[in-house]
Amino acid sequence: MIDFEFHNPASLDDALQLLDRYGDDARLMAGGTALVLQMKQRFVQPAHVIGLRPLAQTNGLGAVEETGGALRIGSLCTLRRLEDHPLLRARIPLLAESVSRVATRRIRSMATIGGGLVNGDPNQDPPPTLIALGASVELTSPSGIRICPIEELFIDYYETDVRPGEVLTAVNVPVPEGDACGAYLKFLPRTAEDYATVSVAAVVSRNPDNTCRDVRIALGAVGMTPVRARAAEDLLRGQELTEDAIRAAAITVPDAVDPLDDFRGSAGYKREMAGVFTRRAVMQALSTPSTVPSPSMGEG
Amino acid sequence: MVKMNVNGEERKADVPAGRLLLDFLRYDLGLTGSKEGCGVGVCGACTVLVDGELHASCITLAVAVEGAEVTTVEGIADDDGRLHPVQQAFIDHGGFQCGICTPGQVIAAKALLDFNPQPTKDEIKRWMMGNLCRCTGYYGIINSVAAAARQSPLPPGEG
Repeated sequence: MIDFEFHNPASLDDALQLLDRYGDDARLMAGGTALVLQMKQRFVQPAHVIGLRPLAQTNGLGAVEETGGALRIGSLCTLRRLEDHPLLRARIPLLAESVSRVATRRIRSMATIGGGLVNGDPNQDPPPTLIALGASVELTSPSGIRICPIEELFIDYYETDVRPGEVLTAVNVPVPEGDACGAYLKFLPRTAEDYATVSVAAVVSRNPDNTCRDVRIALGAVGMTPVRARAAEDLLRGQELTEDAIRAAAITVPDAVDPLDDFRGSAGYKREMAGVFTRRAVMQALSTPSTVPSPSMGEG
Repeated sequence: MVKMNVNGEERKADVPAGRLLLDFLRYDLGLTGSKEGCGVGVCGACTVLVDGELHASCITLAVAVEGAEVTTVEGIADDDGRLHPVQQAFIDHGGFQCGICTPGQVIAAKALLDFNPQPTKDEIKRWMMGNLCRCTGYYGIINSVAAAARQSPLPPGEG
C-alpha cells in the first residue's frame, strides 16, 4: 500500500477546509470500496485521504428525508441502508431495487450513494435509475451549494463535474407521479454480483388513452458515461404504448451507445443487447405499478 | 495509533495509514481467523462485522474504522467456549471442506440471522452469494445456515 496521511474531520466544514488546504493532493473517502482498491492497485496515489465515515451522523449526510415532492438522500447513506430504507422502499421502490443490485450485501454495507456517483464509473447500477428518475446532486463548497442534474454529472470515463473544493452532500430524487411506472433491468450473463453487460432503467407515465405522457430511459455499461436514450424517448412521447411502438423506439438505442469490448461481451453484442434490454425494460415498466418494487432479475 | 473494540476488547496499535483492517487484525492483533482470498472485496474470505455491518476487511483501512466495534470469527462463541449456533451448524451439517472461506461464511451467516432470523432458502442464497467457496461446497453451507436458522428464536408474534 502507498504511503499517505489520513485525516478524520470532525465536521463537514473541517472536511471542506482540509480539501481546500491539500487541493489535488487530497482524496475524499466515503465507504472506500472504490478508492482503497484504486490505491492498492496504485491507480491513484493521494498524499492525503480525508475520511468521511464519521460525518454520516452530521448535516443530514446519512439521512433520507422527504421534502417538497422529492426525497433528499444524504450522500453518506450506504447502499445497504437505502435498500432496506422504509421511506425509500415506499416512495421510490425502483431506486431501492436498483441499489440492491449492486455487487453483494457486504459491498453495499460499505459503499455509499455519493461515493459511487463521484467515482464516475459508467458500469454502476444506481446512475441509470437516478437519471431516469430525473435526480440531481447537491455539491457543497465554501462558496455555497451548487445543484447538478445527475445526467450532467458524468463527463467521461471515471470523470465527473465535481469541481475542486466541492463535496457531494446529497442526492435529490423527485418522487414519481402517482401513475408513473418504472423498471431497472441488469443483464448478467456471468454471475449475480457482477457488473452488468448492459443495464437499462426506464420510467414511463401514461395518459388515460394509453399514450405516453413522458418517458425517460437511461443505460449503464454501454459507454464512457451512463447514456440517456433520447431518440427512443422522443419516438415514444405522445405515441400509443403498443409493443410495436416500443420495439420501433428501442431499435434506435444501438446507435445511441458506444460500448467497450471486454470479457462481458463484444462492443457489437452489447450494442445489440442495449436495444433488446431497452425494449424489455419499457415493457416491464408498463406492467409494474410504481408502488410495487420491480422484479429482481431481468430475463436472460 | 489506531484504536478499536475488537470482539469486546479495546485494542490499539501504531500502524501506518495504509494498514488494511485485515492486516491489522491478522498481523497486529494476531487474529488470523479472517483470511485474505482475492484481496479486492469479491470473495468474502475476509468478511468481518464493523458496527454490526458486513465489511470486506481487505479493502477497509484500519484508520477509517477508528473507534468502531469489530467482530471477527474469533469473537462469536460464548465466553464459556460454547460455539455460536452458526459455527455448530457448520460442523454438524458439513458446512466446510478446505476451510479457507469458512470464517467469512460464518460471519456472513451470523449477520444474516441477526437481520432476518428465519430466512427462506432463497433469502439465504441471495445473502450468501457474496461469499465464494472454491471447493464449491455450497449445498453444505446453505444447509448449515438453514439449520442454524431453525435454532434461532422466532421473531416476536410468530410461532
